[in-house]
Amino acid sequence: MLTKINSINDLNQVKATYEAELAQYKHQILLCSGAGCISCDCGKVRDAVVAELEKQGLKDSVKLIETGCIGTCALGPVVLILPERTFYVQITPEKVPALIESHIAKGEIIEKYTFQDKLTGDFIPCIDDIPFFKEQVRIALRNCGAIDYASLEAYIANGGYYAAEKALTTMSPKDVVDEVKASGLRGRGGGGFPTGVKWEAGYNAKGERKFIVCNADEGDPGAFMDRSVIEGDPHNLIEGMILGGYAIGASKGYVYIRAEYPIAVDRLDVAIAQAREAGLLGGKLFGTDFEFDLEIRIGAGAFVCGEETSLMASIEGQRGEPRQKPPFPFQSGLFGCPTIINNVETFANVPAIIKDTAAEFAKVGTEKAKGTKVFALAGDIVNSGIIEVPIGTPMRRIIFDIGGGMIGGREFKAAQVGGPSGGCITKENLDVPMEYDALIALGAMMGSGGLIAMNDETCMVDTARFFMDFIQDESCGKCAACRIGTKRMLEMLIRLTKGKGEPGDVERLLELGKVVKDTAMCGLGQTAPNPIISTISNFRDEYDAHINDRRCPAGVCRALTVFEIDPDACLGCTLCAINCPVNAISGERKSPHYIDPALCIGCGVCRDNCRPNAIHPTKREVL
Amino acid sequence: MSEHTECCYCAANMDEQAKYEQIAKVIDTYKEKEGSLIMVLHSAQQIYGYLPLELQKFIADRMGLPLSEVYGVVSFYSFFSMTERGRHTIRICLGTACYVRGGKKLVDALEEKLQVKVGGVTADKKFTLEVARCIGACGLAPAIMVDNDVYKTMSPATLDSMLNQY
Repeated sequence: MLTKINSINDLNQVKATYEAELAQYKHQILLCSGAGCISCDCGKVRDAVVAELEKQGLKDSVKLIETGCIGTCALGPVVLILPERTFYVQITPEKVPALIESHIAKGEIIEKYTFQDKLTGDFIPCIDDIPFFKEQVRIALRNCGAIDYASLEAYIANGGYYAAEKALTTMSPKDVVDEVKASGLRGRGGGGFPTGVKWEAGYNAKGERKFIVCNADEGDPGAFMDRSVIEGDPHNLIEGMILGGYAIGASKGYVYIRAEYPIAVDRLDVAIAQAREAGLLGGKLFGTDFEFDLEIRIGAGAFVCGEETSLMASIEGQRGEPRQKPPFPFQSGLFGCPTIINNVETFANVPAIIKDTAAEFAKVGTEKAKGTKVFALAGDIVNSGIIEVPIGTPMRRIIFDIGGGMIGGREFKAAQVGGPSGGCITKENLDVPMEYDALIALGAMMGSGGLIAMNDETCMVDTARFFMDFIQDESCGKCAACRIGTKRMLEMLIRLTKGKGEPGDVERLLELGKVVKDTAMCGLGQTAPNPIISTISNFRDEYDAHINDRRCPAGVCRALTVFEIDPDACLGCTLCAINCPVNAISGERKSPHYIDPALCIGCGVCRDNCRPNAIHPTKREVL
Repeated sequence: MSEHTECCYCAANMDEQAKYEQIAKVIDTYKEKEGSLIMVLHSAQQIYGYLPLELQKFIADRMGLPLSEVYGVVSFYSFFSMTERGRHTIRICLGTACYVRGGKKLVDALEEKLQVKVGGVTADKKFTLEVARCIGACGLAPAIMVDNDVYKTMSPATLDSMLNQY
């Protein structure tokens, strides 16, 4: 029963009530209900836990809490049991009765259900001892995976809305701007522009109406940070936007979320309704004259809408096409009014800055970039999922200590950071600090935080083709440089992957890339050639192999590749022959097998299934 | 028999009218909100299944917008469809992570299994097959989204168990 929240006393009361309720329980079972775990059927685990607690007569001593993403998406569904802080992974409904009986009733940890370090083989029951979590510092994600995502009371009990109360009742809008400026927070959506400076421009802008907008159109393939923040801690975003609105003088905010995230839309919708009911949105807040409300706008599947001028056009209900800047959004943005646009993660940092002060926030990070960054680890990495680390953490630590290294112990080849606008970091540069300027110096960029690890079976020409295919498809077509340039670059890359490259293609790609970079109208086009330029400067030899030798060293480009079996390494297990889609593999059981190059289509299924690693790509002689 | 057919026809007609009425209601709830065309189109597509030109004309009239503007928006965004769709939409993720982990193999296998090309509707109108540009489930790659449900770490071998749920 929540009444209107108007003062710090009201917040304290909600907090005390919630804490008292939790204190009644001997145990808390935190069940991850992030999108990852949902697709691993964590709903069935929840039902099993509820049924089992009932059956074993424990429901009065255990509180079941559904949280946002805990982070280890590859190991779902995951469960964290308090107060022991035991972390159980890959829990199925079948494992639940034993888990409840042993851990809750008898107080005995079931070690074999806990997290296993893939390198050492050791089980690590306590979450605080697991390298994946130990190395992290959580600010934006501080509540994500730690509290009930659907509970306003839980958010308040963890210090939520105290920053809004503090700002509105004790600070002027200018104070808030100055505090954010002093924190050194920079935009987390990709550009890295200082947030305080942006807000100052919004504060100074003249206008009857102003808007604060959250860009949750997280479109970079390989990025899912914003999704996790919204799904796991929606009130944190709301509070960040209240603070932004107060700072610049906007009484209305929009959250633009991509349509691909239905769960995030639902949870934010619920949170906004809760906040309105509690008087934290939709009217005057905390007994002051400051009014604020939020509205969700859903995208419709256009990547370009992540660009701020396109995003505003889309909120206005138009085609999501960018326009020239200036005027900048802070001068003339949404509906022609001064508008400030920030990314989800940026907003998620602000409540912590206001509540705990800028000085506290600035203790983390590097000299020029403060705080933390959330990364989404994906690709051929063991612990794929969501992490938050101090800015400046070396990439090696992210991939090998936190990420657990490459799947199957394969060799690390490169990591793509910054999505289709970014570049790749090779193993020679693994010690680069993950920080805005250092990444730009290597031809990559921080981007929004997608980090895709690629192993030695990845072809960099094909990777460049993949990104160009994406960009070409998503180019809105408004400016010729992007519309035609990306198409021509894609055609050249396709030619290369088909073995029809010509000498001079690399130079042509670089030349055209430069033109598109210099002349495209918006950020999408201006950064579109980055993956090509980056792969060429780091992996020129692969391009040359495709053009001059008609060979794909990684064995990815089918037109150039057939596979062969090393007879000395082959165990004759027949797995390759069973899985070959075209029956190109022959051989007796327990004796070396043979692939007929005339039949082989170069799909690589045999290689994926070969346990002793006896199958290797080789050049296809007849193209 | 003829009576039966006529009955069905009239039921379908009623249905159609009811859908239009529902869409009209949605438009009216958004009347006060600025720039709500895309939100209206989302709801309309959910109610009607897709956005044929007739429906676009209806929306344009009711919202007081030129049809060209409605059509311009519908044709710009990949989520909006002007042709009839299957009852369920399968979106195979081809974001970077899923691509690296074998998303393309899922496309080939599903095209073969459902006898339909990407972008098409199966003969029984059950599925629309599409590819997606990253659905944000990169930790679970390769992933497939059917309507609003995400299926993780898929392989050609696990497709049947997914399809059988529909």
